Amino acid sequence: MAAENQSHTSQSDLPYVLILKPPPSFALFGDHVLDSPRFQYLKAYESPLPLPQFLHTHAHSVQAVLSSGRAPVTADTICLLPRLGLVVTTSQGLNHIDLSECRRRGIAVASAGNTYSADCADSVVGLLIDVLRKISAANRYVKQGLWSSQGVYPLGYKLGGKRVGIVGLGSIGTEVAKRLEAFGCSISYNSRTKKPLVPYTFYPNVVQLAANCDALIICCALTDETYHLINKEVLSALGKDGVIINIARGPIIDEKELVRCLVKGEIRGAGLDVFEHEPDVPVELFELDNVVMSPHNAVFTRESFEDLCKLVVGNFEAFFSNEPLLSPVALDHLPHFSGGKD
Amino acid sequence: MESIGVLMACPMNPYLEQELDKRFTLHRFWKVPDKSTFLTSHSNSIRAVVGNASAGADSQMIEALPKLEIVASFSVGLDKIDLAKCKEKGIRVTNTPDVLTEDVADLAIGLMLAVLRKLCESDRYVRSGKWKIGNYSLTTKFTGKRVGIIGLGRIGMAIAKRAEAFSCPISYHSRTEKPEIKYKYYPSVVELAANCDILVVACSLTEETRHIINRKVIDALGAKGVLINIGRGPHVDEPELVSALVERRLGGAGLDVFEHEPEVPEELFGLDNVVLLPHVGSGTVETRKAMADLVLGNLEAHFLKKPLLTPVV
Repeated sequence: MAAENQSHTSQSDLPYVLILKPPPSFALFGDHVLDSPRFQYLKAYESPLPLPQFLHTHAHSVQAVLSSGRAPVTADTICLLPRLGLVVTTSQGLNHIDLSECRRRGIAVASAGNTYSADCADSVVGLLIDVLRKISAANRYVKQGLWSSQGVYPLGYKLGGKRVGIVGLGSIGTEVAKRLEAFGCSISYNSRTKKPLVPYTFYPNVVQLAANCDALIICCALTDETYHLINKEVLSALGKDGVIINIARGPIIDEKELVRCLVKGEIRGAGLDVFEHEPDVPVELFELDNVVMSPHNAVFTRESFEDLCKLVVGNFEAFFSNEPLLSPVALDHLPHFSGGKD
Repeated sequence: MESIGVLMACPMNPYLEQELDKRFTLHRFWKVPDKSTFLTSHSNSIRAVVGNASAGADSQMIEALPKLEIVASFSVGLDKIDLAKCKEKGIRVTNTPDVLTEDVADLAIGLMLAVLRKLCESDRYVRSGKWKIGNYSLTTKFTGKRVGIIGLGRIGMAIAKRAEAFSCPISYHSRTEKPEIKYKYYPSVVELAANCDILVVACSLTEETRHIINRKVIDALGAKGVLINIGRGPHVDEPELVSALVERRLGGAGLDVFEHEPEVPEELFGLDNVVLLPHVGSGTVETRKAMADLVLGNLEAHFLKKPLLTPVV
């Protein structure tokens, strides 16, 4: 099929997709994993030119951009690309794209859609069971040979019947709820708006949600409104028998306050895939057995990456064929993230 | 009831021990220097034995205690009790079903997620500072994987219900097919192993199920397959399992039980696709209290000549 296409269209006729920095898939699967016979890549990171100059040189060729967490699409970048019509991101989050500028310019945005939802939800459940039942800590204990020398391991806490509070009931939050219901958990949530068709209890603010749950799960997007949403007041409401799980974005939690609460035993434990200043992680957490950490890899499964690669290529191919995007983001009602208050 | 002699086989739960001490004359078997002399000298006063997954009442002990009326196990498994001998002598036996079903099933799923998604290794990676140098490698998706369950009793069914929420197709093997169950049945463990991605042992330990996970089953499960054992250590031919994991002929394992607890094969310590737990299936504050109350309730019912709460024999 590729050969057939190439006989009709020479390389120079193919439309360009700009890549500012290589996406995670390149490191894992090689530079050609997102190739397509219907378009070609312009790799800014391979050029010796400084970025603004590079963009200026190629401004009129670029109709689409491939973005990822490490390759943000700012208003400045958009400004230099007058023909830009589409941004496709490999990530779940959109906080690295200036969405209001895209909306203003009529630039379409395509995300990872639901590709990662199952893996994220699986991570949440895995981390929650790990924290409550001390799986990572007990595994360390056994592998250090301590079971035979030191004996019985301390008891964990039961998951069944626990009240789970989900912050952000989007596609990931919904998958989390579906799974935890099977474990006998009761589900409540807080979202920007109440969802009428959903059987779970709605709380109008996160403090109330935290006060009425045993496990607080962060599944929302990072925006100006959700920056440091989980603060001292929320953690205090969650209380000493409460657990927090974050697979969304580090800055949604006031990390200093979280660390203080964990060190002082003011909350029961935490499962964290994301941190405020990745890959730096507060060293105080390394002393704690009631904290389980992962290196922002909640979506990094082989299967999801393969699905994502197909989706990314599919979105670009649809765009260049004037067909509907596979995973378009509705820009009309999305809040903006201005980059935090640091 | 304070004069009734109760023998506790091993340490199992401080609350249970405390309560038994209050209500009966409690003998702590693990503190006895000469066990056979003790049994002889107390043969007329011990009317109950409280055991668990590690120690119960074998034939020798039962023979040594002619006044034994009831064996109350702080576990659902009965493999440490000579049930035939108890039946023969009219000794009642109770266990702790239902109260621990959810915890054991939760742990089975927790182990599946930990093994496939390398949660323990990811945690170790962060703690070691390696994240500053580079990302962790890709792991394996759990949603949608085929789960095969050996033994579809209370715990097996609870595992199935949870795995279904992750869109996992469920299949099983048990002594007899259950026509009312919608999951796919396989008449042999080898066939079940060949047709699933994750194989869970959830049956009781009997002479028939000893080493039910053998070389053939491990081969059928294969280099991409994962074994989860929340049953009993002797369900698995442990040396075979160890060599399969070390030689990478088996994809991974999550083990809560071992043939000679608390001894665990050291060859497994360095494997990143293996998660090892110190027999904590029912190990939560909530469930152990419920189990202890059930043991106490059964003993009280027996000595007050009321119906037993959870009799097995």
